[in-house]
Formats: sequence, structure tokens, C-alpha cells
Amino acid sequence: MSKVWAWGALIFGVVYFMLPLIGMTEFSLSMRRGVYSFDAYAAVLADPQFQATFAYSVVMALATIIFGILLVVPTAYWVRLKMPEARPYVEFITLLPLVIPAIVVVFGYIRLYNTSSWLPLTGSVMGTNILLMFGYAMLSLPYMYRSIDTGLRTIDIATLTEAAMSLGAGWVTILARVILPNVLASVLSGAFLTFAIVIGEFTIAALLDRPAFGPYMQILGANRAYEPAALAVIAFGITWACMGLIGLVSRFSRYTQVKR
Amino acid sequence: MAFLEIENLQKTFGDLRVVRDFNLNVEQGEFISFLGPSGCGKTTTLRMVAGFETPTAGSIRIGGKDVVNVKPNQRNIGMVFQSYALFPNLTVAQNVTFGLKVAGRDKATIDTRLKEMLTMIGLPDLGERYPFQLSGGQQQRVALARALAPAPQVLLLDEPLSALDAQIRVSLRSEIRAIQQKLGITTVYVTHDQEEALSMSDRIVVMHRGIADQIGTPVEIYNHPATRFVANFVGTLNQIEATVADPERGVVEVAGQSLALERKLSHPKGASVALAFRPQALHMGKGEGEIPVRGRISEVQFLGAVIRLKVDVGEASISLDAFNRAGAELPVTGSELTLSIAPSDILVLGD
Ligand SMILES: Nc1ncnc2c1ncn2[C@@H]1O[C@H](COP(=O)(O)OP(=O)(O)O)[C@@H](O)[C@H]1O
Ligand SMILES: [Mg+2]
Repeated sequence: MSKVWAWGALIFGVVYFMLPLIGMTEFSLSMRRGVYSFDAYAAVLADPQFQATFAYSVVMALATIIFGILLVVPTAYWVRLKMPEARPYVEFITLLPLVIPAIVVVFGYIRLYNTSSWLPLTGSVMGTNILLMFGYAMLSLPYMYRSIDTGLRTIDIATLTEAAMSLGAGWVTILARVILPNVLASVLSGAFLTFAIVIGEFTIAALLDRPAFGPYMQILGANRAYEPAALAVIAFGITWACMGLIGLVSRFSRYTQVKR
Repeated sequence: MAFLEIENLQKTFGDLRVVRDFNLNVEQGEFISFLGPSGCGKTTTLRMVAGFETPTAGSIRIGGKDVVNVKPNQRNIGMVFQSYALFPNLTVAQNVTFGLKVAGRDKATIDTRLKEMLTMIGLPDLGERYPFQLSGGQQQRVALARALAPAPQVLLLDEPLSALDAQIRVSLRSEIRAIQQKLGITTVYVTHDQEEALSMSDRIVVMHRGIADQIGTPVEIYNHPATRFVANFVGTLNQIEATVADPERGVVEVAGQSLALERKLSHPKGASVALAFRPQALHMGKGEGEIPVRGRISEVQFLGAVIRLKVDVGEASISLDAFNRAGAELPVTGSELTLSIAPSDILVLGD
């Protein structure tokens, strides 16, 4: 009897998620009257605005990922190694971005770093880009920190650190040659999540007035009929590709086969 | 002047005094074991030598130079851990050459050294393997090669064989010792296994509650334990409580029997002491110039070459080993018998 219910729940869930997707995909293929075609996709992909904003967001995502790795790997490592009692607090801080709306954060940024402040980041394009990257890094912090921290748990960082140290290695060597390579799978899964977040982010980019992919989707959605659906399917595909890559990376990472 | 000198070393964690007043001089090329039960501070002492813990007080000198304030990565010390601690992302070759690369040696030197090390540990063809593709014994050998590759001044091993199967443990024991003697490297070896310590070491430090109870060669430690703890911890030991009857003539009383130890005792008349002796020092029957002890057999264990008897003497139970000779009758449980022991085989232990 319970099996029937379980199946029922599963089918309901699948229908609940899939129907809008199917509808959207169907709609995105219906630009040409009467037949299915990729016209909407062609229109989107040919749009120079699309290419420019997408390229911008990809670059921003890569910068965010690099910054995130440089920030989170040493932090999570240090917290685990030297101050395990501080872990709950650090974890709490990294979860804050989930409960503080992005719009609050971006208003805070603009207030703190406007042209008349002590650090006028919004005064220049580069400064604004950097500010935007910090915003993205903050948004991805919960995911980045969690996945890296989980990765660190699977290796004996204390003993590996001591082994490396007794061989003469300093902190930079230890982080770069021992710690980072061993948590690479987790780092990459954090990186793909970050990528997905940055590609779809709207609020911060829009309010900082940067030509990112999120605001482009919004503008397109307000002005066109079929193209936004095609764009949504593309964005959705990117997100899913990221998820798939996370799975692949963790499956094929040879270090995960280490005997414990 | 010794090569490694540890003086008045102390370490406290909060209120817990883990190491108290530890003194040791290790000569160049010597193999020293720290032997003691778990929790007695062996690892902590070793980690202070390696630089991973800062002493609360005391000094550690290597080659005459005080290293207490030297960072662990500047001490030039090789370390082998119980858990192997190989870098899982690096191959055997990369693991072994890690220290040399950090030290910035040139490629030719590194290659030569790598070959040398892999041959030394008997795994010349496994350079391209990853640690997870090796057995525990192989991993620990690689860890040893990795620690030795940069030619450290001192080699420290913390229970390196504890995670291995009994058989590999025994063969690796002699392998480690052979490598150590070949290189002539000053070595400190931590273990809670007395057999390991006795079979490998030049000298043994028996540790008890953060103090070095006795420092001596394996023979000294085994035959002349300085304290009750050492006597109990190293080897099987019989102990019976006795009361001093005549300290001048060395007479003690055990369960109503007077035993003459034929030497002066430093304990006053009426003091209670422990008489300690190894199972193999006792034998059945009477012997010329030996002390007779009467008892009752409570258990007979037939172990093949050896028959181990448990004999009650008063309240105390002692064990003795007899060789199994063809034609000899097996002693019977419950029967009375007389044992004898040479006076010089009896140790008198105070507290
Ligand atoms: N970092 C530490 N903080 C608090 N107590 C410790 C620490 N390291 C070791 N101890 C304590 O010190 C004692 C000795 O530990 P250890 O040196 O590891 O003993 P052994 O290696 O002889 O088994 C143990 O009771 C242990 O709990
Ligand atoms: Mg220990």
C-alpha cells in the first residue's frame, strides 16, 4: 500500500517539475507557425547582446571561482586545522548569504563604496566589476564553503600537514601541492555551483548596472515572445550541464579511490 | 656531547601534565625506543622533538643547537606516522621526492636519490603507483623512504607498524632496523609493543606517566628493571608480596615461608616489598644453592615446546615455564610441588 503512495508522490513531483519545463521548451520551439523549429534559438544566439552579456558573465564567473577558491580553501583549511572550535561560527557566517536578500547587500555595497566614500569602487568600471565579483563570491559562499569543508573532512589534513612540514614545506607549498589537489573534486563541485549562480544572477548585476547575462534575460523577457523561452531553456541547460559535471568530476576523480 | 639532547622537558595541556621532567641523551647513529602504555606521553615527546608541539619548559638540542624555537619545516627531521600519511594525490616517486623538490635540489640529484631510496625499500618498480594501489606494508615503506630521502639529521617514527598485520609487522621491524644501521641515522622510535622495542633498539626509554622510568639497553631493561612499573610492563613477570624479616641477612617472609635472598636489603625490617622474577627463572624440584618455594598447581597449559604452570604460593599466583621433554609426566592440577629459583634471579622492588 505504502508503495503505491510513494509512487504517487514521485509521479506528482515529476509532473510538477516537468510540465512547466515541457511547456516552456515546446513554446520555445514554436516560433515558426505550424512546425517546430529552432528559430528562436537562432535569433537568441545571433544576438550580439546575448554574446556580449554571456561572455561577460562567464568571465565574471571564472574570476569569482578563482577568488572563491583562494578565499575559501585556506580559510576552511585553517579553521579545521587550528581552530576547530570556531567552525560553527564560520559555518554560520558562510550561511548568512542565504538569509540576507541580495538587494539588501547590494544597497549596502553602493552605500559603502559609492563615489564619495573612502573606497570609491563604483566610480570606475573596473571598480564596479570588482565589487560585482565580491557580491557573486558572497552569494556562492555557502555552497563553496560547504563543499570544500566536506572535501577536507575526507582527508587527514592534520597528519598530511605535519608530514609535509617535516619534509620542509611551508604553508603555500602545503596548500598548493597537498591540500588543494586532494580536495579538487569538492573545489570543482563548488566551482560549478558558483558558475550556475553567477550566470543566472540578476539583482546585484542590475543594480550595479553591469551588462551581465541575468539583466539581459530580464530585458529580453520584457520585450520578446519566443526568445525568452529559448533563453530560459539555454540557461537551464547550462545549469544542468554544471550539475552533470559535478557528478562526473566526483565520480572520476582518482583520489576518491584512496583506501581509508 | 650527545647528538640529540633533551633536558628537563615538560609539556602541559591545561591542567594535564603529559610530559614531566624528561631527560635523554641520544648518541649519533643510535636507535632509541620510547616504550610505554598508551597515553603516557610518548607521542607528545616525539612531537616536541619534531616541532609540532612547543614545550612548556626544557630544552631540545640537536647537534649542539637548541631547536625549541626552530620551526618544524626548518628542523631537518624525518617523520614516519602510524597512518602512513602519504600524499594521496602524488605517486610513490612524487611522494619520495617531495622533500627534495621543496629543498630545490636539481633534477639529476633527485632522480639518483629516488632510485636509491626505492631500491633501499625493495620497491624499485612501483614509482608510478599511487598510494591507494599499495598494501599497508608497502605504503609504510614508501613513507620511510620519503622521510629519509632529504637525508634528515634525526628520524622519528610514531608507532609505524601498529596499523599492519602481525606478519608484516615482524618482517618490517628487521627491515627498518637494517636500513637504520646502514644509514647510521639517529632514530627515535615510539611503540607500545615491548617485543618491537626489545628486538630493534640500542637503548629503550620506558615511559610511565610522562617520566622516563628507566633508560637502558634491552638486556638491562629486561633483566634489571628499575621500577615495579618497568618490571611489569616489559615481559611476563611474577610478583609476590613479601615482608622483610631480616634486612642484614636478606631474609623475607612469603606466605609463612622464609626465603633467604643472600644479599643485604635496604628496606627496614617489617617493610613490605615485591619479589619479582621471570617465569623462566623458576624450575620444578630442588636445586643446589637455590631457594625452595612450596606451592600448589592451579593450572596447566600445554603450549607444545613449553608447559606453562600456574602455581599458588599463599595468596599469590605465579607462573613458570617448563620445557616439554619426551617421557616427562605432565604435572597434575591441584598437586603440591616445590619450585626453586636462584637468589640472583629474584628482584626486590620497592615502590
Ligand atoms: N593537543 C592535546 N590537547 C590535550 N591533551 C592532549 C593533547 N595531545 C595529547 N594529549 C593528552 O596527553 C596524553 C598523552 O598523549 P600521547 O603523548 O599521545 O600519549 P602516547 O603517544 O604515549 O599514547 C593523553 O592523555 C592525551 O589525551
Ligand atoms: Mg601515541
